[in-house]
Amino acid sequence: MANSRLPEAIPALVDRALQGDRRALSRLISRVENGGVEAWSALALIYPRTGQAQIVGVTGAPGTGKSTLVSELAKHTRRHHPEITVGIVAVDPTSPFSGGAVLGDRIRMRDLSGDAGVFIRSMATRGSLGGLARATTDVVKVLDAAGFQLILIETVGAGQSEIDIARTADTVIVVEAPGLGDEVQAIKAGILEIADVLVVNKADRDGVQSTVNALHTMIDLGKAPTSVLHHGHLTTIAAPLDAPTDRWRPPILKTIASESTGIAEVLDAMAQHCAYLSDHPEGQQRAKVRAAIELETILREALLQRLLDRIGPAELNRTIEQVAARAIDPYSAAQQLLS
Amino acid sequence: MDKKIRILIAKPGLDGHDRGAKVIARALRDAGMEVIYTGLRQTPEMIAEAALQEDVDAVGLSILSGAHLTLLPRVVSCLAARGLDDVLVFVGGIIPDEDVAPLKEAGVAAVFGPGTNTDHVVEFIRGQFQTA
Repeated sequence: MANSRLPEAIPALVDRALQGDRRALSRLISRVENGGVEAWSALALIYPRTGQAQIVGVTGAPGTGKSTLVSELAKHTRRHHPEITVGIVAVDPTSPFSGGAVLGDRIRMRDLSGDAGVFIRSMATRGSLGGLARATTDVVKVLDAAGFQLILIETVGAGQSEIDIARTADTVIVVEAPGLGDEVQAIKAGILEIADVLVVNKADRDGVQSTVNALHTMIDLGKAPTSVLHHGHLTTIAAPLDAPTDRWRPPILKTIASESTGIAEVLDAMAQHCAYLSDHPEGQQRAKVRAAIELETILREALLQRLLDRIGPAELNRTIEQVAARAIDPYSAAQQLLS
Repeated sequence: MDKKIRILIAKPGLDGHDRGAKVIARALRDAGMEVIYTGLRQTPEMIAEAALQEDVDAVGLSILSGAHLTLLPRVVSCLAARGLDDVLVFVGGIIPDEDVAPLKEAGVAAVFGPGTNTDHVVEFIRGQFQTA
């Protein structure tokens, strides 16, 4: 490696990163992104410092303007609340053929450069298919522990099933643009179901009202009134919700991100959703589901690694060849390896 | 352990032609590297800051404007000011032969002129970072 200096020990690197050393923070993110035992030891060290940031995911089809919206949300926040620091994690796909990637989200975020209160990190999916990289949640934790108060995650251009973001972010913004699909698209299962805030970007284009109407219809169908027990006080929500129950109803907002139009309303909706989650039992339920999924993922990885270490590459290869030659079926082969 | 070579490709200065930069970005991607592409009209400070945040192993600069003797040494010094003096800097574009030596003296590791085969650039970078 040209970076021939020995990698710094994790505890020292964590210390420096948490004290505000941006170079150390950047290197720590790489070590966490590269995974393995080292990443886990770093995450265990920083974990007590996490849980402070507001984590917002921005997802939607390619070309809807996610990067521009993220840039505007960060810029607006920094202009009106300079005390709030912003971390951005922007995910783009890895080529399944070469393993390489071109990460181009920074192109739309150039307005943020030169602001020491913003830290932008691009991530490649590295084979993960849910719209995020496997390590995105962990990288977000690093930024959270380093003191960034607002963390914006931009997913890959997502279609209908890339919903990992709902397991990472507190608030999910789904970005749509006029003319991308008919009403049937809006009632299909998928990313619209995970939206906490719906944004119709490029609202200066033809067809914006029919897109908004289709989304309204979808929400009316999807969130039928259900009787929910009234827990605690909901009175601290900044603006009244006109939903028939106390459950969150995703607002549908129009923006023209390239002209900074409608950005304040999106930030307001983010703040309202944040307040909702802290006051409503749904917030705790979500946190529990997220913890369960996260623990299960870690267990699965750890168990698989432990098993593969025990089996060893020779026996594994022998078994793979037997399965490929149809000398044994994969189910029995797995049972053999496990026993 | 999944250690990828990460490379920032940037265009310093004011010229507006980024075809060469995109060709190189694509070639490095096809060679299995992670390329962060920042687009046009970047200042040396913007490039160094992006290199820091992205923890890249190398910075590739594309420049056609003729301002390379001013801009490139400034990129190198901006990187050094952020503790990134171990980051490899290479440049592509229209660079007269007599300017190559001063650029190398200023800390630019390699200069690739028009017509360079992209395989050559890939091999150069691999050679710098291959561990085995």
